[in-house]
Amino acid sequence: MLSVKDLSVAFRTRKGQVDAVRGISFDLAPGETLGIVGESGSGKSVTSYALMRILDAGGRISQGDVSWNGRDLRAASESAMRQVRGREISMIFQNPRAALNPIRKVGHQIEDVLRQHGRATRANAHEKAIEALEAVKIRDAAGRYHAYPFELSGGMCQRVVIALALACGPKLMIADEPTTGLDITTQKAVMDLMGDLIRERGMSAIVITHDLGLAAEYCDRLAVMKDGQIVETGASGDLFANPRHPYTRKLVDATPRPGVNIRDLLPPEIRTPDLPHDVGGRALLEVVDLVKIYPGKSGPVHAVKGINFTIREGQSVGLVGESGCGKSTTSSMLVRLLDPTSGAVVFDGHEIGGIPAERFLRDARRGQIQMVFQDATDSLNPRHNAFDSIAEPLRRLGALRGAALRARVRELAHLTGLPEHLLSRYPHQLSGGQKARVGIARAIALDPKFLILDEPTAALDVSIQAVVLNLLADLRARLGMTYLFVSHDLNVVRLLCDHVIVMQDGQIVEQGPTAAVMDAPTHPYTRELLNSAPKPPAPPAAALTNAAE
Amino acid sequence: MATRWLPILWRLVQTIPVVIGVVIISFLLTRALPGDPAVQFAGQMATPESIEQVRAALGLDKSLPQQFLIYCQALLQGDLGQSVATGRPVLTDLATRLPASLELTLTSLLLSCLIAIPLGVLAAVRQGSWVDHLCRVLVTAGVSLPTFFTGILLIYIFYYLLGWAPSPLGRLDFVYFDPPRVTGFFLIDSLLDGDLRTFTGAAKQLALPAITLALFTLAPIARMTRAAMLTALSSDYIRTACAAGLTPRKVLFGYAFRNALLPVVTTLGMVFSFVLGANVLVEKVFAWPGIGSYAVEALVQSDYAAVQGFVLAMALLFVLINLIIDLSYALIDPRIGFSSK
Repeated sequence: MLSVKDLSVAFRTRKGQVDAVRGISFDLAPGETLGIVGESGSGKSVTSYALMRILDAGGRISQGDVSWNGRDLRAASESAMRQVRGREISMIFQNPRAALNPIRKVGHQIEDVLRQHGRATRANAHEKAIEALEAVKIRDAAGRYHAYPFELSGGMCQRVVIALALACGPKLMIADEPTTGLDITTQKAVMDLMGDLIRERGMSAIVITHDLGLAAEYCDRLAVMKDGQIVETGASGDLFANPRHPYTRKLVDATPRPGVNIRDLLPPEIRTPDLPHDVGGRALLEVVDLVKIYPGKSGPVHAVKGINFTIREGQSVGLVGESGCGKSTTSSMLVRLLDPTSGAVVFDGHEIGGIPAERFLRDARRGQIQMVFQDATDSLNPRHNAFDSIAEPLRRLGALRGAALRARVRELAHLTGLPEHLLSRYPHQLSGGQKARVGIARAIALDPKFLILDEPTAALDVSIQAVVLNLLADLRARLGMTYLFVSHDLNVVRLLCDHVIVMQDGQIVEQGPTAAVMDAPTHPYTRELLNSAPKPPAPPAAALTNAAE
Repeated sequence: MATRWLPILWRLVQTIPVVIGVVIISFLLTRALPGDPAVQFAGQMATPESIEQVRAALGLDKSLPQQFLIYCQALLQGDLGQSVATGRPVLTDLATRLPASLELTLTSLLLSCLIAIPLGVLAAVRQGSWVDHLCRVLVTAGVSLPTFFTGILLIYIFYYLLGWAPSPLGRLDFVYFDPPRVTGFFLIDSLLDGDLRTFTGAAKQLALPAITLALFTLAPIARMTRAAMLTALSSDYIRTACAAGLTPRKVLFGYAFRNALLPVVTTLGMVFSFVLGANVLVEKVFAWPGIGSYAVEALVQSDYAAVQGFVLAMALLFVLINLIIDLSYALIDPRIGFSSK
């Protein structure tokens, strides 16, 4: 039905021409779901934009053919393409809230598409739009018709985007990272809905994702992309079980999954022996009846409703839960950037929860509790180079100057595996993994006893994530730090943490040793979380033998 | 939709403390001005006694709180006091001069928007094309030439050399009669009167000063429109709209432009504020009987009542403009609720 031959896409940039896609070919049969997987920059999204001919300015198809039901889409006129878009091929995007016009009612946005393609008239558009919303199982569709995107949850917005895409009954749907940024249970709901709709309507689909588990679960066939080329294609069950191409193997290896050791994520040639870390018996941090209430527009919001837990010295504790469960509020209170409403935070035998956040800035213990932030790009000052970013806490809290400061920064760079020549670079000149290293280096600059890691790998590709997770494991063993690892990814938590705390609606629903909680969850919510996580592909036989060694 | 009006009403109530603050500050500011009005008005040949007489007549011999009380009482009755310079009530002066300034400012802003917004949109859509470059040249020229210079240049070309424009002396040539006063805007009043001759006369007089001001205000509006359109056009929802097959027209105006409108409206409000202030130079060049030149003269002569009246009128105008801008935000963007501010 869709046939892509030797497709190349080039972008004109200030630094000359960049080939984003370099001669890829694939076919799609009616009713088939093809998954395109790859890491960022592999050209998977650009491929889909090229099919739809909605490339950004400066981008063009430099060679190849795209044939859709016998029609040449590359040669089609712009007005002919408009007939195809939305009516025959439609697309859904990542970050659904941004993908909808923020100041137009969702119902009207659906009407726009329906009327554009002659599927509704002025008289029946309203009714048809509500039908489209009902098709994606939105409750109270007539009421939601009048909602603006900002009034809907992320999952609801993605349903609206799907409704928009399916409104005119297309034959092919392209989903570009459809669930990035959604919670894990929402992700499952959205993917299941999408799968059902595709099957019911006998449509074909292309699902673009970086998540191998997701791709393996929902696609019939997979294509692995790297640097603008397809390196391997195959049936989804088969491809990951027996990867032929080294890159596919690397991806599969790097994907966190149950039953492997953290070292197994790395390619075999750079695996180092696992360093054990000692969990002491002494409690480093005790949280007692911690409560945070925010004043809200419609009454107070109870973000954290009295939680209790203890973190022992040298222990790594995972804090998991979905957005809005209070895990970020909790970590902000522990790192003393936010004042608790009530309750106590006992650190190293002293109550610090009562010290106002501004005063704690000048407290001697400020350097002992540090944090690695979620988005390495946003949390670094864009006008500070890597050296200054790492040196800042040393200057302010460590009172280091001159040669001693330079020596310490170099030492930290070495410790976190950041090449020394990169210290003079600015954040925009560093890759995601390098920025993550800078973020970690500055957090450990003052030799903290307790480090809070707020989804430190959420924005990273799996292969980089594997390296950063291993770096964190090494640092923990070498420096004897205690971690609180905040994450939504249960598989990552399983790899790194000894103990896990599951939060829902501001309360701890379950906590215990990682293996016990993950393998035999007692609370239904923990079970739901574990079930919602896409099952990563079965590890290839070779990796298993490696792990056994 | 009664719930929608409640926040608007609340926003209106919020302006009351601002207005009270403005009254106090305008009073205090005027007292803080250097120069003694009593000495000024007693004249060259004044004796200490006559100065004291004038002081008593002006009410300046009383204590500040007393003066303020008297000022407020008069204000509540709509009495802004007597201008010593013109000898007329300040309210009357403002009532004749404010519409003149407003007519000029609004016409120039309208003109400016009519050119700047399409230009900005075009420049954004065809980024890097000749329209974009033209926009950049026009914008740079607009801000870098001071208004009194463009004004004089326009007079030189269109009045002196070409003779197309009437003599730059006020709002209406002496051959016409002032239209019967309804709004104080000559263009509107003459139309209401059905007097097309006066209308064209007034329009001709208005053209040059309005163009002068428009050239000056073109820059920020065009720049902001271009930037806002570029931001809007590169958003995810534009890509969604394109992928859904909507026409470029619908995408551009229905989706991008409405989203770009918000920063443009903000800029418009700011431009309006500073143009009302920058008016003085243009009013002087074109002998326009506006509020700017009135204020400068009052200031030079330490005419307390007139200065106070001017400051108050301007402040109220700004409050009103901000209110209108806030209300139009709410119309454009459903995300903005008044209660959140």
